[in-house]
Amino acid sequence: MVGKSVDLKTFSAKDGLWVAFVVILAILPLIPAFSSNSFRLHVMILILLYASMAQAWNIIGGYCGQVSFGHSVFFGIGAYGAGMAVVTYGATPWPGIIVGMIMAAIVAVIISYPCFKLSGHYFAIATFAIVEIFNRGFLVWDWVGGALGLDYPIIKEGLVNLMWHQSKTGYYYSALVIFVIIFGTVRWLEGHRFGYYMRAVREGQETAESLGVNSAAVKLTAMALSAAMAALCGAFFAQYNLRVDPPMVMSLDTSMKFVLITILGGAGTMLGPLLGASVLIPLQEYTRAFWGGLGGGVDLIIFGVLIILMVVKQPDGMIGLIRDVGKWASNKRAEERN
Amino acid sequence: METFLQVLIDGILSGMVYALVAAGLCLIWGVMDVINFAHGEYLMVAMYVSYWLGFLVNVDPLVSTIAAGVFIFGLGALTYKLIIRFTIGKPGLVALLATFGLAVFLKNLCMNQFSPNFRILSDTWLGGKTFHIGGIILAVPQLMAAVLALVVVVLLYLLINNTRFGWAVQATAMDRDAAELVGINTERIYILVFGIGGACVGIAGGIMPSYLAVHPEVGSMFGLIAFVCVAMGGFGSIPGAFLSGILVGVVEALAGFYIAPVFKYVAVFGLYLAVVFLRPKGIFGW
Repeated sequence: MVGKSVDLKTFSAKDGLWVAFVVILAILPLIPAFSSNSFRLHVMILILLYASMAQAWNIIGGYCGQVSFGHSVFFGIGAYGAGMAVVTYGATPWPGIIVGMIMAAIVAVIISYPCFKLSGHYFAIATFAIVEIFNRGFLVWDWVGGALGLDYPIIKEGLVNLMWHQSKTGYYYSALVIFVIIFGTVRWLEGHRFGYYMRAVREGQETAESLGVNSAAVKLTAMALSAAMAALCGAFFAQYNLRVDPPMVMSLDTSMKFVLITILGGAGTMLGPLLGASVLIPLQEYTRAFWGGLGGGVDLIIFGVLIILMVVKQPDGMIGLIRDVGKWASNKRAEERN
Repeated sequence: METFLQVLIDGILSGMVYALVAAGLCLIWGVMDVINFAHGEYLMVAMYVSYWLGFLVNVDPLVSTIAAGVFIFGLGALTYKLIIRFTIGKPGLVALLATFGLAVFLKNLCMNQFSPNFRILSDTWLGGKTFHIGGIILAVPQLMAAVLALVVVVLLYLLINNTRFGWAVQATAMDRDAAELVGINTERIYILVFGIGGACVGIAGGIMPSYLAVHPEVGSMFGLIAFVCVAMGGFGSIPGAFLSGILVGVVEALAGFYIAPVFKYVAVFGLYLAVVFLRPKGIFGW
């Protein structure tokens, strides 16, 4: 009973908004108009997937302040975990997903331990270097399919194989579950002692340590958690895409997506990744649909310009924009009262 | 032994070009603390400038490398004016992501205009000429590129260390406000530094089309290698960038020859990790 009353106390208006949001998301695909337009559903699946990826990155990059460009390694390990289970061993992806998440966390701890000694750009470039090393390694590693990658066979659809062929609704709900898991974890972390430790490390490592926070342990734990979540997203990506190869999952471009979406939305805030993904992903998919056919990257030209504009104009992300608008509105109200 | 020497010398030659690309990045990084993610794309654009000059009006890369340098100087100054200016004083990630956007823009603009085809200039003055010393074969275009790179890096070093302009640049890098107080126009220094950093990579790119094919993706790997060289050499140290450029070229050549071509970049990036794990601020960093 005690636990329940505490839960109620921490349940704020913001959480109410969240519950409403998730309920709406769950209802949306039931509307026939949505299921009939599979492109729109595809865009929504990608929004959920990329919002989850960005939120996974947000744990270490936003809350803990360690800007990693290496998350495509963990994403790739997750994707390969699921892919290997289905393609190489002919099993269901589930054990692969679990193994992939654990492997990603272990790899994250091993590579982060020395990297966390570096600061600023040195750390960022070290994570670039690690992505390139993994990319080349997987390209020549025959056991994981090498440069050919893993191509999924067409097998029975359903939750057991985490694969659907008739409609995308199954994928949509799986993405929604992943989204709720990752956002729920971050929501829980925000109010938990560990969440405060992470933010303390971000704001000033020396200060945090002087207060008895073991900053190395905090950073490694946050990185492991973030990597496992990124691997979960990677596994879903493999199941949805039905193909895994190193340039697709373990590349700098994939790494940049983790960072860009979070920064554009607002790093270190819970809503930021969702905002970033809801703007960037439709932009990317619709420009590709409209201009992709003109040949040669018109969609990406526009995308590049928009990235520049958004980053330069609002470095705090869309959260910052909303905050500014809110401040402006409340100032205006205050003026009117006077 | 002869094979080893051959591979070593090839590595040093390509390392000199890496050193020039890295020196430009290094100057920008050292003065403004900005990682220019579009640096590799500058190189790609410079290669296109030189290629089209060669293809359309028959100018040799040896000459058009100057045009490419001037062009990228302008592109760099423009980048500063339109983008970087607004990111100074904000978290380091902002400039990095903004220049990433610029890289995506430039790469796809060239893809759109020039198609993804590989293009190479065939009828150049030095093209295909070789030069024998003992049993070692030197390709003249690569040799020329390396010599040019060496000259430009030395000139850049002299410019920064031995001229009034260079001292102003160093003062701005150390403390922008103090530099303003003694009458240095730091805004102008920033524009010029970005332009000169661009010009270095422009000259490197300008001479390359005589031996390396141009295509929109050609810059990405050069850009990454330049990051590695600069960070390995140490924050803002031009001799450090030069030394690690050559080191990277040699390691790349040796690993590519003696292990396997796919592992050449694994070796380069592994070298970077090994160096910074031992010296977290690079070889000449403090």
